[in-house]
Amino acid sequence: MRFAFTEQQLELRGAVRQVLARECTVADLRAMALGDRHGGAGRTHERWSVLAELGATGLLVPQAHGGLGLGELELVGVLEEAGWAGLPEPLLESAGLAAPLMAAADAASNGGAGSVLGRFLEKVAAGEVVATVGGIDVTSAGLVTTTTPSPEVTQGTVVTPRVTGASVAGVALVALNLPGAGWQLHLVEADPDGVTTTPSIDPTRDLGTLEWSPWPHTLIASGERAEAMLSDLADRAALFSAAQLLGLTERMITMAADYAKERRQFGKPIGSFQAVKHHLANARVALEFARPTTYRAADSIARDLADRSAHASMAKAMASDAADLAARVALQVHGAIGYTWECDLQLWMKRAWVLSAAWGDAPTHRSRVLSHAMAAAAER
Amino acid sequence: MDLTFPPAQEAFRTEARAWLEAHVPAPGTLASLDTAEGFEQHRAWERTMFEDRWSVVSWPAQYGGRDVGIFEWLIFEEEYYRAGGPRRVSQNGVFLLAPTMFEHATPAQKARYLPPMAAGDEIWCQGWSEPDAGSDLAGIRSRATPNASGDGWVLDGQKTWCSRGAFAEWCFGIFRTDPGAERHRGLTYFLVPMDAPGVTVRPISQLDGETGFAEVFFEGVEVADDQILGSVGEGWTVAMSTAGSERGLSLRSPARYSEAAGRLIDLYAARADGDGPQAGRIADDVARAYIDAEAYKLHTYWTASKVADGHSVGPEASCNKIFWSETDLAIHTAALQLLGPEAELLDPDPSGEGQAQPGPWLDGYLFALAGPIYAGTNEIQRNVVAERLLGLPRG
Ligand SMILES: Cc1cc2nc3c(=O)[nH]c(=O)nc-3n(C[C@H](O)[C@H](O)[C@H](O)COP(=O)(O)OP(=O)(O)OC[C@H]3O[C@@H](n4cnc5c(N)ncnc54)[C@H](O)[C@@H]3O)c2cc1C
Repeated sequence: MRFAFTEQQLELRGAVRQVLARECTVADLRAMALGDRHGGAGRTHERWSVLAELGATGLLVPQAHGGLGLGELELVGVLEEAGWAGLPEPLLESAGLAAPLMAAADAASNGGAGSVLGRFLEKVAAGEVVATVGGIDVTSAGLVTTTTPSPEVTQGTVVTPRVTGASVAGVALVALNLPGAGWQLHLVEADPDGVTTTPSIDPTRDLGTLEWSPWPHTLIASGERAEAMLSDLADRAALFSAAQLLGLTERMITMAADYAKERRQFGKPIGSFQAVKHHLANARVALEFARPTTYRAADSIARDLADRSAHASMAKAMASDAADLAARVALQVHGAIGYTWECDLQLWMKRAWVLSAAWGDAPTHRSRVLSHAMAAAAER
Repeated sequence: MDLTFPPAQEAFRTEARAWLEAHVPAPGTLASLDTAEGFEQHRAWERTMFEDRWSVVSWPAQYGGRDVGIFEWLIFEEEYYRAGGPRRVSQNGVFLLAPTMFEHATPAQKARYLPPMAAGDEIWCQGWSEPDAGSDLAGIRSRATPNASGDGWVLDGQKTWCSRGAFAEWCFGIFRTDPGAERHRGLTYFLVPMDAPGVTVRPISQLDGETGFAEVFFEGVEVADDQILGSVGEGWTVAMSTAGSERGLSLRSPARYSEAAGRLIDLYAARADGDGPQAGRIADDVARAYIDAEAYKLHTYWTASKVADGHSVGPEASCNKIFWSETDLAIHTAALQLLGPEAELLDPDPSGEGQAQPGPWLDGYLFALAGPIYAGTNEIQRNVVAERLLGLPRG
């Protein structure tokens, strides 16, 4: 029993923190928020290369495919830093979701280094290609697909809305579950004509709708196997979004606490008022307990334990609630300045809203935990 | 990261489980520990545990423990609650005073006080709060003055809300030894026998109608120098070490909440259907309470690992105290909501229609309601979190 990170894990996280402090500045985020989607002179690409140099983009990719071959615990630390920095790029989707899915599909098809999947994996690990996932959502009743037949009556074309990183991704793993077809997982290569950007409340979020055609050669898994892979993906999605939410939460609490030390009213810093203190303390307590819950989920997924889904759901429920609370509190503590477009808080707050709702919100995950606990109780 | 217990610790668990299964009194056989009769029955239970070295597993063997580490203690607690072990009448001594003694007592004091504490022969109560000093503990006015011969002290004043004070043998209290010094400086930590001449105890009934705490009056009570824990004027520092235990690791092991959360799930499974429009809300509350109990357990493992790595618990202890007390309330509130109109029944419904057993849930609820008040109110803990973890200025 040792519930703590190793030195190496902490070092990797520290390195990512340092790099992001330099490469993902508030000025960069502001530039993106103001409509310059890639943040001036290709900052997105620079940032991605620097993350790739650290190995972050291929953290879960097997070494045989040029990755670090590390696990969920390492990536959780990296994604907490991504949350802290407000990283706009889809590291969660590419390194956390698409890469392990591709690796699993590749291993199952005995692909080897020469396969299509294998080649993509190498490029993803090297940071040459950004990957993403789409077409799947988590509800209390189970996984559902968001992919629907194209309304344009283009025979055989489907539409997948709300794909994160749609405009930068070179490849997407997309799910569908159409009547008669059952679950399918496809590898969809980028086609700029097939992407429509969808504006999000989060101004630094790159969100788009994909229009694409499922073909036999794009199919990488179907039926029960596809479903199992997607359920794996849902666990990781809950875990990694929880991790990123922890970083966002800590940043929002820190911003609000810093502001509360400086802003003065009634002749004193507002942080000396107890109502302000207690708001922030409540958010800090929520963060304190969401953390170990998330780290345990990472360990359970890394070890593929039977309870991994329930553990991931607990993490997502706790982290979503902590982030929602921190966002509310941080805004309240800032007063009207926090309500302005100018205030940097919005960059973190909106990302928190989005991620807390993504991949199943807190009540959704609580209902999953309850079903699991009742099933376990029935077995006792 | 490794969240499993090695074979030696699992063997410890097996041994503890077997012993507890064989020895824990059947539910309902002990009277409430806040009655004279129940107090003695609970004391006897402490002795039974002590005789087989289960009363203070983490202490050194010379004082009656097993010299095991923090994780074994957590395992023991898990097994204790799993087996339905009785409330620990010796809790204030074993979980609060003893850790303070390991830090501040002289060898002679440890030899004198720890073994009878472990055996349940001497039950301790905590004499800190006063009528005019609750949250503002440093405002206490009970005082200790040097006695005439200069070889001891005389205590005068009043303490209140002393849990177990109605029946306890000893009291650990803080008294003002230097009225001229700054509030936190002039305090000293004393160990006082409750049968000393000049000590008067007036029991106070709690919400459940039983005398769970007491007022204690001190009039010219003589105590010797070796009844001081730490040194004269150091009482605040010593007290903060006790408070660290109260808020941090040792007072509330997660097992209490895990066990209750497990029962909550069973209750929900038994009562969930037919709840109509309430079902969704109750389900969410039940799930939240269950997850919080789990999060508390994980946080404890996290903190215990930190301690095992040589770090201290730190001001995070205040987060802990807020969270365990609120989790306890969340679990019991959800249970009472599930019981609905039957929740008020002290005994099972005589009509036999509902199979509800609200009694234990009501007891647990009443107990939980005090959590946000004692051990430093949750408002005070929030101040600590804001000031010491977030660096906000004092008010
Ligand atoms: C079941 C139970 C067992 C107890 N056992 C013991 C025991 O064994 N020994 C012992 O010494 N004491 C014991 N206590 C007493 C306990 O420590 C005190 O009740 C506690 O410290 C609060 O003090 P008070 O009751 O005087 O409330 P007060 O300090 O008067 O507080 C009343 C309210 O005001 C709030 N408040 C006070 N100051 C502030 C502030 N600065 N900022 C914000 N809010 C504030 C409090 O949070 C609380 O909500 C026990 C209490 C209970 C309920």
